Amino acid sequence: MQYSDKVMDHFTNPRNVGEIEDAQGVGVVGNAKCGDIMKMYLAIDENDVISDCKFKTFGCGAAIATSSMATELIKGRTVKEALELTNSAVVEALDGLPPVKIHCSVLAEEAVKAAIADYYKKVGREVDFPLESADERYEH
Amino acid sequence: MARFVYADNAATTPVSQAVIDAMAPCFATSWGNPSSLHSKGREAKKILDDARERIARVFRCESGELYFTSCGSESDNWAIKGAALRGRKKGRTHIVTTVIEHPAVLNTCKALEKEGFEVSYIGVDENGVVDMEALAAAITEKTAVVAVMYANNEIGTIQPIREICDLAHAKGALMFTDAVQAVGNVDIDLSALPVDMLAMSGHKIHAPKGIGMLFIRKGVLLTNLIDGGGQEKRHRAGTENLPYIVGLAKAIELAAEQLSDMPRVAKMRDRLIDALTAIPYSRLNGHKTQRLPGNVNVGFECIEGESMLLMLDMKGICASTGSACSSASLEPSHVLLAIGVPHEKAHGSIRLSISHETTEEDIDYIIETLPPIVQRLRDMSPLWEEVVKNNK
Repeated sequence: MQYSDKVMDHFTNPRNVGEIEDAQGVGVVGNAKCGDIMKMYLAIDENDVISDCKFKTFGCGAAIATSSMATELIKGRTVKEALELTNSAVVEALDGLPPVKIHCSVLAEEAVKAAIADYYKKVGREVDFPLESADERYEH
Repeated sequence: MARFVYADNAATTPVSQAVIDAMAPCFATSWGNPSSLHSKGREAKKILDDARERIARVFRCESGELYFTSCGSESDNWAIKGAALRGRKKGRTHIVTTVIEHPAVLNTCKALEKEGFEVSYIGVDENGVVDMEALAAAITEKTAVVAVMYANNEIGTIQPIREICDLAHAKGALMFTDAVQAVGNVDIDLSALPVDMLAMSGHKIHAPKGIGMLFIRKGVLLTNLIDGGGQEKRHRAGTENLPYIVGLAKAIELAAEQLSDMPRVAKMRDRLIDALTAIPYSRLNGHKTQRLPGNVNVGFECIEGESMLLMLDMKGICASTGSACSSASLEPSHVLLAIGVPHEKAHGSIRLSISHETTEEDIDYIIETLPPIVQRLRDMSPLWEEVVKNNK
């Protein structure tokens, strides 16, 4: 199994790691049992633009790299644009992922959607997009 | 890169120069087929016999009890399938093994289940030691073979093989041990240890990949796995891989000499274990003392093994992990799950397997390199965030 240079770059120097206090939207997907959890924080301004975006991830190299890339792809975009982010766009931006790691990119997409859903709920907007099994909360 | 530390000797080892030197003439000059009657063949036959004799001296058995194979997996397959098929003729259609065996044993047993054999998979305690009561209860007059590994490849736990032999023999069953990880690390005296079959592999002890061996005690009859020509007393066909057999003999002799160095290796192991388990929220996997001298397996909570492995690799340290992410199955190590490590913690385990070639400086380097990597990954982990919050 070989990671692309882009994956290794985002794994070694992940962009936007951390938390955002009082984030407008926070999403957690995955579960510890399977070995991947992604937590996505979004700061969203009055124009629905994602002004800042941070993540924390428990997982393999691909999980960290896809989280990092996802934050790069949605930062500065509107919420609507961010909802259009697909896992294949994340894979493409990383110059590919080994087949067994594709699920990491799916998690990254779901993490963004879960954070936006959280934002919608907070502002009383209807969640009008499908949420995958995003909320299987982890146990210790 | 500051330093290169190979700490994955349980996966494979470099071929030692002495082994390469021993093999070289078998490629260049003594390339004959040991089965040929002419001078070139006789020359090769003499080298083959000599290699077998030398190995027999190390293991204190008869040379006629040693059969060369292509690898550890072949030896495992032959021992178990050979004993099972033979046993079935006498109504023995049952096999006893453990849940922590190498896949070469587990999947051989699964294949035999499909052929109608019944298999009992015995559990282990939290240190990875086989449950002797359950084992004793499982072995019956129907049991053809009991297969228990000498030492575990992931967590290094050494099993009470002698006692298990007695349990097997009390019911007339054959006793087989996969000693792939044990050879070279512990003294194996086949004049004292009453196993019926014992498997080993060359590449774990500085011989090349592609050579293995099965010890079959005199009088024990196994069905052949590979039929063909008359090699290995008609029990394992295929022209003998003379260079590798000679390499294996040399590697076994060297490993026997290095056994006296194992207490030093075990001391380095313990220093590494102490330093790594001093990291908060970590645990040693496997038995503290009943353990291979080179095996360190530590789990760190809230982080994942593959990430650790990649970061160690970037620092020049080669290690291994029981995390699901290192495998195609996405299931964490069956061994860690068997000793009761929950899924989420099994993902954060790392195995460092050192050898007589490891130095104190290598250990220092691992001790200074690994903790910051653990911290860096924890700082990125949402699970660690919760641990920190809960401790405030």
